Formats: sequence, structure tokens, C-alpha cells
Amino acid sequence: MSILAGKKVIIIGDRDGVPGQAIELCAKSAGADVVFSSTECFV
Amino acid sequence: MDLENQRRVKSLAEQYGPENIVVLLGAAEGEAAGLAAETVTNGDPTFAGPLTGVQLGLRVYHVCEPEVKAEFDPDVYSEQVEMMEMVLDVDDIVNEMTSVREQYCKY
Amino acid sequence: MKSVIKGAGYILVHTPDMVIHNGTTQTTERIVNPESEYLKELPSHLRSFEQVLSYYPNQVYIGNATPDELAEIPQPWHDKECPCHERYGQFGQMMPQEEFLLLLQACDVFELVQLDKNFVAKHRDQLAANPIIDESIMARVNEGVDIAEIERLVAEEHSEGLYDNNVLVGCVNRAHDIDVNLSAHTMLENLVSKASCVVAILSGIKNAGINKEDVEYVIDCCEEACGDMNQRGGGNFAKSVAEIAGLNAATGSDTRGFCAGPAHAMVEAASLVASGAYKTVVVTAGGCTAKLGMNGKDHVKKGLPILEDMLGGFAVVLTQDDGVSPVVDLSILGRHTVGTGSAPQAVIGSLVTDPLERAGLKVTDVDKFSPEMQNPDITKPAGAGDVPLANYKMIAALAVKRGDIQKSELASFTKEHGLTGWAPTQGHIPSGVPYIGFARNDIMAGKINRVMIIGKGSLFLGRMTNLFDGVSFVIEANKGEKAEAGVSEDEVKKMIAKAMREFATSLMGQDE
Repeated sequence: MSILAGKKVIIIGDRDGVPGQAIELCAKSAGADVVFSSTECFV
Repeated sequence: MDLENQRRVKSLAEQYGPENIVVLLGAAEGEAAGLAAETVTNGDPTFAGPLTGVQLGLRVYHVCEPEVKAEFDPDVYSEQVEMMEMVLDVDDIVNEMTSVREQYCKY
Repeated sequence: MKSVIKGAGYILVHTPDMVIHNGTTQTTERIVNPESEYLKELPSHLRSFEQVLSYYPNQVYIGNATPDELAEIPQPWHDKECPCHERYGQFGQMMPQEEFLLLLQACDVFELVQLDKNFVAKHRDQLAANPIIDESIMARVNEGVDIAEIERLVAEEHSEGLYDNNVLVGCVNRAHDIDVNLSAHTMLENLVSKASCVVAILSGIKNAGINKEDVEYVIDCCEEACGDMNQRGGGNFAKSVAEIAGLNAATGSDTRGFCAGPAHAMVEAASLVASGAYKTVVVTAGGCTAKLGMNGKDHVKKGLPILEDMLGGFAVVLTQDDGVSPVVDLSILGRHTVGTGSAPQAVIGSLVTDPLERAGLKVTDVDKFSPEMQNPDITKPAGAGDVPLANYKMIAALAVKRGDIQKSELASFTKEHGLTGWAPTQGHIPSGVPYIGFARNDIMAGKINRVMIIGKGSLFLGRMTNLFDGVSFVIEANKGEKAEAGVSEDEVKKMIAKAMREFATSLMGQDE
């Protein structure tokens, strides 16, 4: 069973890791419904 | 995790039901990924945000973990994440994430 | 006309009490968790002035040690003592808190900062002895007031306390009863930025060997906003700093772009000089109280000292071509555009390989890259990794992809073309610019020829856009071809004479 398809996905990206927007495109490509996407910054 | 982000996670879990939610992380290190994962499963370990003491038990993965990576369109992943994956210590991230899921994930 | 890097200043201010009272990690914790263990433990993790003087990354920042020397010291650095304990260095200084509080009062022109008169009396000579502080600034230091008045202002008038060794020694008053943009909190942040910027700009001007009257334009690129409820970010820090610094011939303005602000400002300054609009432009910024102790929870949890206890400041002086100073090459600009996206490889590509490609250069044609130079001693325990190193790995990976280096050279590329981070996590402060002072030295000494400065900014934090941001530019050795850019005086005379002769001939022709 797939993890992402049809699921509500919350994204917490990282400015110095993988940013939220990049993850968002990946999640959508897997058929997920992105309900929130954000990018955190520790510097 | 940022307090506003914690508030949003909490309210979205209430709105859609925690069983329907998957959290994807982009943290730069295993430890930071583990802490964020713990926050959305067992509650905020820093006791600062709205998720303090809230055990949502959400499904949570780092974007570079093989289980979720396998579901992405490979071209999209290649364009968006692949080079960062080369920079990150993915083994460390996978270990931290697996440990948190095994302990606290309810779904 | 080319624009050159005439000099740079780098300063730090040790503000341990502001960590407790003004850092947002701590102020947030006091609201949500006032009895927390963290707040109880925090004071015992603060460093003394002597300890921050002997901290390696700090000595690199003010120029008493080099990034290459730092790279040879095994991490972590917080438990090691730098043999140099000097508070002054070739680029600037580390200022202790007591001096800074007096300077804060001197930089306030609206009677908002008030200090205990005993505190002022005790430390006035100390500030006066600081070689960068002249009589015009000392004349602004007032006598102070009774501590009872300060206690009253903090208790009854919403003033923000100023502390030294956890003792109340002064306050910053609100500048308006209801306007949050002029609240005591905001005024404190803005005045701290202004005062630390004054130290930076005076250091930069001194190091550049120019006169204050030579400065025609100042660009402030910090991340604060000054204004009131009708124009929240009206500005202008630059001019307010120039006023205190005594730059009477200067005007200026503020440029903002989160951490990318300094790189944007450098490109603007170089363009203003190159166009001939202004002959001498200073790019400068002061420090940020909000970020003090930002990752303090992680540091305390791991038994480390609070490493984010320093405000940072810098100033870079750009002038018209002097034939010797390194040149800002405006033909090689990296730009993260609206369409670039946020994928890390797209960001680095737009900032590093795209501009080099346009200029017909290889990645290896750049001797050193200076992306965000955050001190890994601070970021690694906080889970943010080694930010400069991550950037170098990405640049190296792109270099392999372009065929500029072999895959086997990945590790050596990072060492040869990279630097080890030494800058405090003060947002805009680490963003590429901390290396400009060293780059100028090494280029002029002939050790290296070309460096790239890279700034990146998290625009999404302002909740106006989800976009990322970034800017890069290249600094190169000056080939000394002054005559090529500007025509020599002799040639001008010859050209005018020729034109006059032709004009005269044509007039005579018409007469006939």
C-alpha cells in the first residue's frame, strides 16, 4: 500500500536541507494532497 | 520545531484525522530530523510549542528515505532533491527516523 | 569605470545579558514556559569577555587568525583556547558590553536610552579609550540618571531594561504610547543595530585609509526595519549611522533581502561606483539582538556554552579604481530569479555555475568561494549541519556534472576552493561578506586571483512569498589597466585638439 497517494501531506522543509517547495513538488508527483508546506531556518 | 508550524500540524491533524496525515521533513541532519519527527508523534521534546504533551503519532518520513522516495516521480526527485541527497548523511537520517517511528508512530 | 574593494571592517560586540533579555528563543520561552529548566540553566552557560576573546572563530572574524588557520584546528572549538586574546584585530574589534551600552546611549538622538549615572561614571573612560571612538561620539555620552528612575521606567512605563552582569543599569524607553513600531522592544533592536553598525563603519573607513569626507553614499543591509505605524519600514538606518559616524558628505539608504541583503547591497554599491554616480560607497550592517542565543536550547542541552553571544557588524568600502585594489566584476553576477525555484541544485546552479558559464569560466577558475560562512561550532550541535561545507559539496557536485573536475576530486575541491565557517549566526552577517577582508589581503598578496561571494536569503520567513533568494558576485585581482578603462589625460587633450581642428576645418569649409 502506498504511503503518500491520496493522503493529506504536511511538509516541514529546511532552508539548509531540502526546502518545503522542493518537497511539495515531489509529494504531488506521488499523488499526495499537500495541505501545508513550510520551510524552517536555523541560521 | 517552529511554534506556528506546531500549531498548524495540530489543527490539521484535528481537521483531517491523524490517520489520514503524512508529514514529510527536509531537515539537514539526522538529529534535527529525529527531533521534528518526535514533535509530530510524541509531542514537542523542547516543551515550548502547542504540541507539548500531545501524542499525535503521525506517520512521518524524511524526503530522502527510500520508502517515500520510491513513490515520487523519479524525474521530479532528480530535479528537486537528488543533489542535496548527495550532501546529506542519509544513513544517519534513516536511522533516526526509523527509531522515532518504531517508538511513537500510531499508524 | 571599475569599482574596487578599498577596505573592510569587521566587529563583534559581546552582549551576554542581551542573550537573556532580548534573544527571541529566550523571550519566547519566558512567555510559554517561564519556569523552564532551560531558563534556569542558561545564565551558567554564558561566557565571560575573556572567554569570547580566546574563542578561535571570533579571532578569525576580527582578523587576528585566518580561515586557513582555523581549518587546521580540530572541531569543536568551544573547548579550545586561541593563543591570541587580543580584543583589537586588523579588521576591527570585539567590544565589551559595558562600552557598548554607553555607545548605545550615544547613538540615541531621542532621549530613549537612559543609563544609571554610576554605571556611566564607571565606564566612560573605558569607551573614550577605544581608538575607534572619537570626541564627537564621547560628547554624546550624557551623565546618566538615578537608578531609581530607571527602575520606575521599567516598572511603570514599559521601558526595556538594559543589564550588565544581570544587574539593571539602564533602559530603552518606548518612543510612542501605542505604536508598536516605536515600542521599547523595537527601539532597542533598532538602536543596537545602529550602534554596532557605527563601530563597523568607523572600522571599515579606518582600514580603507580614506577620509570620512570621502564617503558619498552608505547602504545599510541589516534585517531590521525602522519606521512608525504609517510606514513600518520607512528607513533609514544608513543615514542615521552616517550621522553618528560623522560622514557629513554622505547620503544613503537601506537595502533589504534577509541574509542575501549584503550581497544585493554589494552589487548595488559596485554599480553606483562603476556608473560614476558616487565615487565612494560603504556597504554596512550592524548586529541583531533577536538572534542572540537562537540555538541556545541545543547548546545548553549538550552542556556547551551559549555560543551565540556576539552581535556582528561589518563594513566594506568601495571606491573608484585605484589601479591596485581588487575589482568587483559586474559582468559575472549570479542571480536567483523568480523562475529559478527552490531546489537546492537549481539555487546553487543559478548562483555559481550559470554566471561562470556566461563568462566562459570553469568552476575551478574561482580560487575561493564564500557562501554563507556560519560557524559550524554553533550550527552543528543545533542540527543545522555545517552550512558552508554543505554549500561546497553542492558546488563540487555541480562542477563534476559540468566536467570541470573529476568525481575523485570532490573532497580535494572542498578543501582547496572552500573555507571553514567562522561567522556568528547573525543572519545577514555570515552571508558571504565575512571573507571580503581576507580575500582583499590574499588577492593583493598574489596568493589568489578570483573569489566568488554568495549570499542566500529565506524570503519565505516574511510570509510575502514562498520564494528563496540569492545573489553572487566575483572579486578579482586588479590588472592595473587604469588607462584602458579611463582614457589618459594626454589622450583626451589630443582628442579635443583633433576635434577642434576638424571643427575649424569644417567651419572654414562652410565659409567658402
